[in-house]
Amino acid sequence: MFLPLAAPALPLDEAGKYVAGAYVVFLVLLVVYLAIMAAKVQRIERELREVAAIAEERKDEREEVRA
Amino acid sequence: MYGKGLKPLSIATVAMLAVSLSLVFFYAPLDADQGFIQKIFYLHVPLAMVALLGFIIGGVFAVLHLRSDDRKWDAYSYVAIHISVIFGVAVLITGAIWAKASWGHWWVWDEPTLVSFLIVFLLYATYYPFRYAIEDRDRQARYASVFAVTAGAFVPLNFMAVRMAESLVHPRTFATADGGLPGEMMLTFLCCLAAMALLWTTLVKFELTAKSASGQVKRLRRALDAPVSGGSSRIAPEVS
Repeated sequence: MFLPLAAPALPLDEAGKYVAGAYVVFLVLLVVYLAIMAAKVQRIERELREVAAIAEERKDEREEVRA
Repeated sequence: MYGKGLKPLSIATVAMLAVSLSLVFFYAPLDADQGFIQKIFYLHVPLAMVALLGFIIGGVFAVLHLRSDDRKWDAYSYVAIHISVIFGVAVLITGAIWAKASWGHWWVWDEPTLVSFLIVFLLYATYYPFRYAIEDRDRQARYASVFAVTAGAFVPLNFMAVRMAESLVHPRTFATADGGLPGEMMLTFLCCLAAMALLWTTLVKFELTAKSASGQVKRLRRALDAPVSGGSSRIAPEVS
């Protein structure tokens, strides 16, 4: 049998709602934190792309001066 | 550099969390007194212990910063406190949910355990505006470290005072010298504690890696002599 269905400790009575609520709060906090981290990583990636573009521009300018 | 070992650590954290949750719901017996509600303790108590320990670790990093004047330790201290404050939010919410189910009230003001944790949490909540209020980065780092050391020393004192105080209604997880928990519950609790400690370490490493990457990009920009777009945070220290 599928394990969660066989588990004795998941009665959705009064206590179950509170226990589920506590674990869901923890999960939501974790997901919110990960979403914030994902936004930070996206920002860093965008900044890196900008820096790479500037570096390439500088390289082209140097090559033009040399030519 | 900070990202080294992050992948195996993340995998270990996810695995440990999965094992712990399985033990909580499919292995640990129901508490004779509290019944199913007691399952919240496997989340709430490890979160609280790791959060308080994280505050102390933040203080230790701050001592290292003040001794060495190395900004790396200031960043470590900031991140340790930051993650512990997030854990603190989870502790307060899960505790309030348990209190509502068990006592019928979301909060009880004459309970020393609850109020003392709230005081510690609010103390660390002032860390951010305190840091943000100082413009000069060196002074900011130094003052924040002094704050972290002082508050970090307050945490164990506060904890001991609460343990010595006569608790009115808050249960003691380790009521006796041998823990006061049956074997299955103790094993489950220890797994949950290890999972939370791993989660804290992983999140600290994630945060440090992101800060390090951000710092490296800014260094690159400065090296290219280009204007920095998007204001850099005055609160969060950079690590290179």
